[in-house]
Amino acid sequence: MKTSECDIVVVGVGGQGVILISNIIGKAAMKAGYPVRGAETHGMAQRGGSVISHIRLGCEFGPLVPAGGADILLALEPAESLRYAHYLSEDGIALVNTNPVLPITVTTGQSSYPPLEEILAPLQRICSSVKTLNATKLAAKAGNPQAMNVVMLGALSKYIPLLEDMLIESLSESIPAKFLEVNRRAFALGKGEVE
Amino acid sequence: MLDTLQEGIIVKEYLLGNAAIARGILEAGAGVVTGYPGTPASEIVEAAAYFAKKDDLHVEWSVNEKVAVEVAIGASWTGTRAVAVMKHVGLNVAADPFMTLAYTGVRAGLVVIASDDPFCHSSQNEQDSRRYAQFACIPCLDPADPQEAKDMCIFAFELSEKLELPVLLRPTTRVSHARADVEAGQIEEGRSNPEFLKNPARWVMLPVHARPRHTELLKKQDRVRAALSDVPWNRLVLRGELGIIASGISGLYAEEAIKQLDTDISILRIGTVPPPDELCSEFLRHVTKVMVIEELEPVLEEYVERLARAQNPDLEILGKRSGHIPREGEFDSLTVRNSIAEMFNLPVEEVLSLKEAKEILPPRPPALCPGCSHRATYYAMRKAFGKDAIFPSDIGCYTLAVPMGTIDTCLCMGASITVASGIRFGGEERDICCSIGDSTFLHAGLTGLLNAAYNKARITVAILDNSTTAMTGHQPHPGTGFTVSGEKTKAVSIGALAKALGADFVETVDPYDIDATIESFKRAREFQGLSVVIAKRACVTNARRAGIKRRPFMVNNENCNGCRECVEFGCPAIEFDEDNARINALCSGCGVCAQICPSNAIKVVE
Repeated sequence: MKTSECDIVVVGVGGQGVILISNIIGKAAMKAGYPVRGAETHGMAQRGGSVISHIRLGCEFGPLVPAGGADILLALEPAESLRYAHYLSEDGIALVNTNPVLPITVTTGQSSYPPLEEILAPLQRICSSVKTLNATKLAAKAGNPQAMNVVMLGALSKYIPLLEDMLIESLSESIPAKFLEVNRRAFALGKGEVE
Repeated sequence: MLDTLQEGIIVKEYLLGNAAIARGILEAGAGVVTGYPGTPASEIVEAAAYFAKKDDLHVEWSVNEKVAVEVAIGASWTGTRAVAVMKHVGLNVAADPFMTLAYTGVRAGLVVIASDDPFCHSSQNEQDSRRYAQFACIPCLDPADPQEAKDMCIFAFELSEKLELPVLLRPTTRVSHARADVEAGQIEEGRSNPEFLKNPARWVMLPVHARPRHTELLKKQDRVRAALSDVPWNRLVLRGELGIIASGISGLYAEEAIKQLDTDISILRIGTVPPPDELCSEFLRHVTKVMVIEELEPVLEEYVERLARAQNPDLEILGKRSGHIPREGEFDSLTVRNSIAEMFNLPVEEVLSLKEAKEILPPRPPALCPGCSHRATYYAMRKAFGKDAIFPSDIGCYTLAVPMGTIDTCLCMGASITVASGIRFGGEERDICCSIGDSTFLHAGLTGLLNAAYNKARITVAILDNSTTAMTGHQPHPGTGFTVSGEKTKAVSIGALAKALGADFVETVDPYDIDATIESFKRAREFQGLSVVIAKRACVTNARRAGIKRRPFMVNNENCNGCRECVEFGCPAIEFDEDNARINALCSGCGVCAQICPSNAIKVVE
């Protein structure tokens, strides 16, 4: 028996804005009348480490999406999409920003960063669909590479049971007014990319 | 996070568990809020401070958790509701007042909030604070989600006053850092006619007073159990003769698992320590086999085992002792589902393990930020002391510098200076240079430095002063000149403190000036006694937020000979492309790499 209407896992690197867009989704879902449960990474891992945020729409149980249960994996960084791929359900969809952020283990030469195809191959094997976009580049096109997370939010908007208006309203409440235009453009570019 | 809440109306907000708890504190009419930052508890005090200016409310970042609990005690004895907030290990620091407080009892409601961290997400251990409540003989509330945490917080103040005992509220990471739609109520006025009433038999714990207070505390235990017997967070659903008893958030995981498995299993959810005797007895008589599900210590399980001896001696009890439920780490609905499935002989769901994820993915550990002054300090320390020296360290962002080879120990708040002293007294003859952050030094380093001076420890103490409590989210402390609500206050000088505590060598350096920092560490190493080097430079994240911009740096490929000295410095802004170093967009312009490059190949971008 299903215990959540839509389970989303947002992953990335500390500092990319994983928590911000998770909260935008959560607030929009609340406006839409859904019970919402979420769980965030705070503290040590935020210092450039690997981070994961869970959002469960239409759920009144615990805040953690179970492994194998995510309807959507929203990855703000390619390597992180593979690190958390086991959260995806067989029917799940992965949305992946293709722009890598090199971890300290790579910049200092202890490890190497795998090619994008090698990262995506296992994802394509285990879920129903993998959509890729260079959200960092699209954000730069929108006017600020920092808005990459909102490009990804725009792409996500095509796949979740929430109206775009509610996401935009929730976005406007969550960021300073002077950044709103850039972010609206970023959202539209992300959405357009997966259409 | 709370800015859209208005007084006087009930609204639903998508709140962080910690913000919901702060809301509970304010709705309960607390007049004093104290605490020390620590993940996963930090946001509670910050959210409460948001209202401090509007309401009759004293909110403070206390110097440490012992101080926080003692300030809250004073407020309670004056008739003002008070709360002290900390992470689980903070309760160790506060254990001294906490234990005797149970003897004296309280006047106005006093709630201690200790947020536990199963799986050590951001902690040095995963101790279970419910044990402290048992130890002190006081009630403990164990919320499952943000709404419960808020409701329990309000109830905790009432319970505390009714029993004249402190109450422990114990959320975990997945409650404190969960978000949910939470119903917010009205904020109450903080104080009504506060007055400290003299009563030596209650407030002066001489042995002659302590003995009868202990007897009184033990007598109160029946009243504690009675007061918790009908709270809404202990709830029973009787169905089949197989049963689950689950505490706190494990109860939510179990409910989800039962729904997924679609079975007629009976469930008893528990939100209190001690658990309710009558409800538990009824449940244990109904079932033939029971699984006890709780994170960390077998607090509930031991209770169930004891109760079953009287109520149902043939009952089969599964849990930690039988090996069905782990005693470490955190749970989720899948682990709990599989434990229950195993009990029913239903198929368990395997977690997919992708071999590629193990084979090709580079690890991504958290690291010091680009431009972090701690990296520069440790670089200079290594240069001056060499890799053979001993480097005890402490709790803070700087613990992330383990790969630099300058973190040899990390135990608890303040244990750098003291462990360093012990290593010296234990007979180690090599150079010893320990490191401690500014907030940690003020929290628990002062006594260690005093002890080192008094007992003649020949060590060097580096105080890494970035003028904030960075790791937990940049909270101010007594050295910063600001309070939790941003008001100006006295800024205590760390250098003057070090001298007053007995250090004869105290130098302050700017770690961005690498040569000067190396020279200072060399003088400290040569000093025959206790030497202190204060490496002072504002946290790079705070500096950026304050609008301080520095020009980034770049590598001139003609001069770079690929020696990798800058790469080994370990800054995330420095990469290596085939033959040359390259500086990426993360550069914050600290300029330290330009100083350490032997070929003068790194220049500021003009």
